[in-house]
Amino acid sequence: MDEIILIQTIERYLEGKMTPQEKVFFEEQRKNFPEIDQKVVEHTMFLHQIEDFAANQRLKHNLHNIHNQLLNQGIITEGGNLTPKTKVVHLWNKYRKVTAIAAVVGGAIALMISGLVAFFAPANKQAIQELGQEVEKLKQGQRYQGNKINEVVSKIPKDAEVRGGGTGFLIDTKGYIITNAHILKGASSANVYNAGKEFKTKILFVDAERDLAVLKIDDKDYTPMKSLPYGVSKQGSNLGEEVFTLGYPKNEIVYNMGYLSAKTGYSGDTLTCQIQMSANPGNSGGPLLNNKGEVIGVISTRERQAEGVTFAITGKYIYKLVSDLKKANQEHQNIKVSNHSSIKGMDRVNQIKEIEDCVFLIKAYN
Amino acid sequence: MKSEVNEQALLKGLAENDTKAIEVIYKENFSIIQSYIINNNGSYDDARDIFQEAIIALYEKVQSSSFVLTCKINTYVYSVCKRLWLKRLQQIGKYSNQIEGFEETIPVEEDVDDYEKKNADFTMMEKALHSIGEPCKSLLEGFYIKQMGMQELAKQFGYTNADNAKTQKYKCLMRLKKIFFIQYNKID
Repeated sequence: MDEIILIQTIERYLEGKMTPQEKVFFEEQRKNFPEIDQKVVEHTMFLHQIEDFAANQRLKHNLHNIHNQLLNQGIITEGGNLTPKTKVVHLWNKYRKVTAIAAVVGGAIALMISGLVAFFAPANKQAIQELGQEVEKLKQGQRYQGNKINEVVSKIPKDAEVRGGGTGFLIDTKGYIITNAHILKGASSANVYNAGKEFKTKILFVDAERDLAVLKIDDKDYTPMKSLPYGVSKQGSNLGEEVFTLGYPKNEIVYNMGYLSAKTGYSGDTLTCQIQMSANPGNSGGPLLNNKGEVIGVISTRERQAEGVTFAITGKYIYKLVSDLKKANQEHQNIKVSNHSSIKGMDRVNQIKEIEDCVFLIKAYN
Repeated sequence: MKSEVNEQALLKGLAENDTKAIEVIYKENFSIIQSYIINNNGSYDDARDIFQEAIIALYEKVQSSSFVLTCKINTYVYSVCKRLWLKRLQQIGKYSNQIEGFEETIPVEEDVDDYEKKNADFTMMEKALHSIGEPCKSLLEGFYIKQMGMQELAKQFGYTNADNAKTQKYKCLMRLKKIFFIQYNKID
């Protein structure tokens, strides 16, 4: 307690808040006791350090926001324009050669029924438009074709309940939402909800193998926010790390927390990681975040036998998904996933306040 | 003459962390830096990081009273980015003598060194702040970074009054100080 009084006194002295008598007395003390003088010097230096640090943090925060805003306005880009053209063409050709299961399914035809693979077509925009369906659904697995097809089917449990919906979250303020593919199973359209508002979306991209999908809000009522509070982490996470999620196991947003219990998922699946957390089916597709407020995965509840065990698809597959989407569809080159989180230092309650606007209830319709 | 006045106004804005001023600097310089970094073995993330670091370095420079900028902002930002990127490439062993597509630059070695020293101090402070735990960390961040008042902080953290919050803040500050100085003195 003495120490606190001393520091308070020093701060009052430094801020010039002392009365003249106090000041004279204090300066006298400083002169006579080198320990006090030392404390004053030390504390002055420390306050400089922390104030400079605080200013630095505010500047970084501002830079982050400005960057994202200029990106959204299209004034700066992080698209593929700067890559030499020849390289892109080369890559495209390479992928086209192996485009074996670029399946395009339109309308109300169920997406992931086993007969799916009967429909093969090059995964380009033209092909989709030719189908003339209102809802375009594009299934593309160029890089993971061939022997993986069986997995696509088998990974989805036969006895899976037909779900009315799940959760999804923004990865780009322009309205791009990530969710689980299985939520959209058999759906031809999906609407998203947040804070009592409903938005129509387009199903842009479905990767059934990784159980991820991208929706884009396609609704004139949607006003994009300035920037997202969270980024998507590219790094792996550590065992025991505390994690949390926001999702819609009911019609209202629900917070849940747990910890990372294994780096691999069900039966050593490296695509997913295992979390100790009680999540319900409606949590599927929700963001899994760490203490820094970085998205490290996408909740994907599948394991029904074990109590409290949940799986999440690791964050790096979000980046893969987005790059696959960009390759498949030229329209979405300006989609940008940030890896920077601006809510790093906040406490959980405030982090949640920032995040909840970006997490949506998804309802899929036939 | 007019452009000189403008440059001074921008620097003044930057010194105050003014969004408008930083936006102007960002718009004028980012894309060029980005293409430079990408053409020299970097990624989009690298470009963003390096560019923002250069802005922070300039910010640090304009804070000091003895500050004089002897060239245009653009030239300064290019020069710092180039220097930082060369260093980064060297660190990861990708160094090539041939850095392409870049204008004449001015010597900024000392400034970059200053920036890196400051940055090391900030990292130390950040680490210390992370190690004091909650609610200390958030309380101090609320006070120093978000510049919230004691009243507001008391309300947010659930202290019964501002004085209690203030006492807690001092306790936290002392813990932070202790940890910070242990690390700080280790290095000297």
